[in-house]
Amino acid sequence: MATITEVEVGRVVGTSVKRKEDLKLLTGRARYIDDIELPGMVWMSVVRSPYAHATIGSVDLSAAREAPGVIAAFSGEELAGEWAGSLPCAWPVTEDINMPAHWPLARGKARHVGDGVAVIVAETREQAADAIELVMVDYEPLPAVVDPEAALGEGAPLVHDEFGTNKCYTWALAGGEVDEAFASAAASVKERYRQQRLIPNAIEPRGVIAQPIPGTGDLTLFSATQVPHILRVTLAGVIGMPEAKLRIVAPDVGGGFGSKLNVYAEEALAAALARRLERPVKWIETRSENYLATIHGRDVVQEIELAADADGRVTGVRVKLVAAMGGYLQLVTPGIPLLGAWLYAGAYAIGAYSFECTGVFTHTTPTDAYRGAGRPEATYAVERAMDALARELGKDPVELRRLNFMKEFPATIAAGLTVDSGDYEAHLDRALEILDYDALRREQAERRQAGDPKLLGIGFSTYLEMCGLAPSRILGAIRYVAGGWDAASVRFLPTGAVQLVIGTSPHGQGHVTTFSQIVAERLGVDVDDVEVLHGDTAVSPIGMDTYGSRSLPVGGTAVWHACQKVLDKARLIAAHQLGVTADDLQEEGGTFTAPDGSLVTAKEIAFAAWTAHDLPDGMEPGLEALAVFDPENFSWPAGTHVAVVEVDTETGSVDLRRYVAVDDVGRVINPEIVQGQVQGGLAQGIAQALWEEAVHDEDGNLLTSNMVNYLVPSAAELLSFELDRTETPATTNPMGVKGVGETGTIASTPAVMNAVIDALAPYGVTDIDMPATPERVWRAIHEVKR
Amino acid sequence: MRQVSVTVNGVRQELLLEPRELLVYVLRERLGLTGTNVGCDTSSCGACTVLLDGESVKSCTVLGVQAAGHEITTIEGLAENGALHAMQRAFHEHHALQCGYCTPGFVLAAVSLLEEHPNPTEEEIRHGLEGNLCRCTGYVNIVRAVQSVAGSPV
Repeated sequence: MATITEVEVGRVVGTSVKRKEDLKLLTGRARYIDDIELPGMVWMSVVRSPYAHATIGSVDLSAAREAPGVIAAFSGEELAGEWAGSLPCAWPVTEDINMPAHWPLARGKARHVGDGVAVIVAETREQAADAIELVMVDYEPLPAVVDPEAALGEGAPLVHDEFGTNKCYTWALAGGEVDEAFASAAASVKERYRQQRLIPNAIEPRGVIAQPIPGTGDLTLFSATQVPHILRVTLAGVIGMPEAKLRIVAPDVGGGFGSKLNVYAEEALAAALARRLERPVKWIETRSENYLATIHGRDVVQEIELAADADGRVTGVRVKLVAAMGGYLQLVTPGIPLLGAWLYAGAYAIGAYSFECTGVFTHTTPTDAYRGAGRPEATYAVERAMDALARELGKDPVELRRLNFMKEFPATIAAGLTVDSGDYEAHLDRALEILDYDALRREQAERRQAGDPKLLGIGFSTYLEMCGLAPSRILGAIRYVAGGWDAASVRFLPTGAVQLVIGTSPHGQGHVTTFSQIVAERLGVDVDDVEVLHGDTAVSPIGMDTYGSRSLPVGGTAVWHACQKVLDKARLIAAHQLGVTADDLQEEGGTFTAPDGSLVTAKEIAFAAWTAHDLPDGMEPGLEALAVFDPENFSWPAGTHVAVVEVDTETGSVDLRRYVAVDDVGRVINPEIVQGQVQGGLAQGIAQALWEEAVHDEDGNLLTSNMVNYLVPSAAELLSFELDRTETPATTNPMGVKGVGETGTIASTPAVMNAVIDALAPYGVTDIDMPATPERVWRAIHEVKR
Repeated sequence: MRQVSVTVNGVRQELLLEPRELLVYVLRERLGLTGTNVGCDTSSCGACTVLLDGESVKSCTVLGVQAAGHEITTIEGLAENGALHAMQRAFHEHHALQCGYCTPGFVLAAVSLLEEHPNPTEEEIRHGLEGNLCRCTGYVNIVRAVQSVAGSPV
């Protein structure tokens, strides 16, 4: 049984050290991309298609070229010679996947509203923006398709003519005897859910500055990116530049949530134009542009079936997805559904499993990773379906879950991976305790009996997720082109300060503080004596960046191993200094103690390693190490989330009354930072259930085209969450940590929707599309009434 | 172009402005005060919030020329004599920021809120800050930070 809310506290690990990052952010001294100005810098703007599908005839740039301040303007055809390769898609999920060319500017055809068709460079931001209005593009509008199922239909307009179909791929995964499970089932449910399209909305829009370095042919690209290392290797291939001549700098980055985990047209355009014009070129996205030109999330139609025996034990899961890719494939577009492919059985011991996903092109902005990426979709489907099964069987949803939990670990799931550790009843029990579940059910019954127009709903999500991307060999097996390892270098400076260079790339998560704690704990230095460097390929040449809740379980473990390597060398020097053998020394927190009680600290050893006056024979001076860690398994956080809602049956409005989340993310380094990750994730997941939806009209125009009509929640819509943790350490890394960046988003959407449906049980409502707006809720009540 | 005199963080500035120039770009690009951020183009996100004569305004919806004769405080001008403002300290103590992009706007909006309502309830804080969006924190710790400065129970 896991202990509850007990952190194994070291000297600094496990304590809520206040963030080292904060001071500059609180005083307006951060340096985000738009804060950077370079001598001779010019501004880029992109002319974008107003049509979702159109042939591009002539592009007349003559008036724009004459406009005040305009330096240059180019159409897609005119820049065709700049590209050595298409914008990258690094995840061709099947051998026969349809992979279209994706040029930084469209040629011949535009395939979504916002597709770039021409580019302008001017002396100022305003001049570049004004000149867009002077560009005359001869478009021939064509019929568009925005719904992924419609796109598969006979006669649907084709996004890419050359394939003769809008199908991108079909990918399948199976384990156990699924047909048999359904044939012999005592009960089964078949559900269909719509994962609406979402817009990530990092509060900082994207931006890029490409700076040519005169005399060397080098190029430095500053970008608001989550992935400087991936950007370097892939962009080099797009612009035809040797990787070694391209330096990527991620300055302070204002949030990402997956939307900056990509290689975008504007990065390639700015680089190519800077090279061509020999001046630094800057582009800053406007928010309205962001809604069209930065990737979207979700947009999946899901069918899930559960088979169960007479006791309610789930024996089989069958899943079919139709997932919208959008007009092109961005960096990992096709792979997003695969990230959830193992999770449609949730936290439950289910012996038979079948998953199939068909990716489909539509005339929309490409989809890609948005916080959770594939796993919120999976969790939503299985947690909603478990409630449907509970209704079918007349069982309490809590008891159905408890009956089906995986209980023995390590647990190999039917889909074929192994969950290293967990204790699902522990967090379920803790959540029920915080909630006072029985009292809430009593209140619910009383309100129903009294005919209260405001009904109470209680919704559960006992999720399991899979993160910490990822074991390289598994990524290879599912045709992702890169690895999943990460790197860290630890270097003692002469004074005993420590320089830590990391391959992950923070944009709000607090890596600098958390990783400083790991180093401080292991090497016996102060948190403030650790300098953490990141986000610049000239400083941190190797790494796999930040996404998929990987920074701590993968990158943080690399930090741990690099510290271990430093300690291994320090031990040899200590033994030399103290005149004992290395094995005789006890080490704790960076201090080596000999049997006679004499001791020396890593800090002192660092100075000796720097002077190199008296080192063991043949030893290199200096005290530093690089570690590259490739995880042997994914990270498997789990937890119980419970939403309590009040639904006003007269207006259809849903009021979130309580939200309880008990997560097991293994051992934690900084509890407050972990809590912050959960809180932010909850806001996003709850928002999918209740408010957010990217809506297109049938011509492919984005109707929710800015923050006025796409409802990112404010503080007024949300509440203070009730959080706790249980702790079963991961067994696949030395610190026992699991990822936490996406748990809140993954777990919360089904908890809220299950609560809404639970509230409306007296009306017989069993499904409402997300987001559960007052109109949809009201209609659901009245349609069933009728 | 119009001659404009405006006091920013206690310093009087004489500026020659185009009538269409937004205050946020006057601050960022003419005065180099890049702590005021731009997060949208519809006055929705509040990242550009500054104080105009002590009251919070979204500087993307104020023309530079409208600021003539007024006093502007940006995030760079909030600390006094090197000591962080109580609201800045509270955001740090309560982990009320992650990526930091919305933070200057939130801090200034919160300062203005407490000027108007020194003892707000949690509900009043939440509604008082609804013009500012944060995508990282889920707002829980922002509300706690503001409560701690207001002296209300956290």
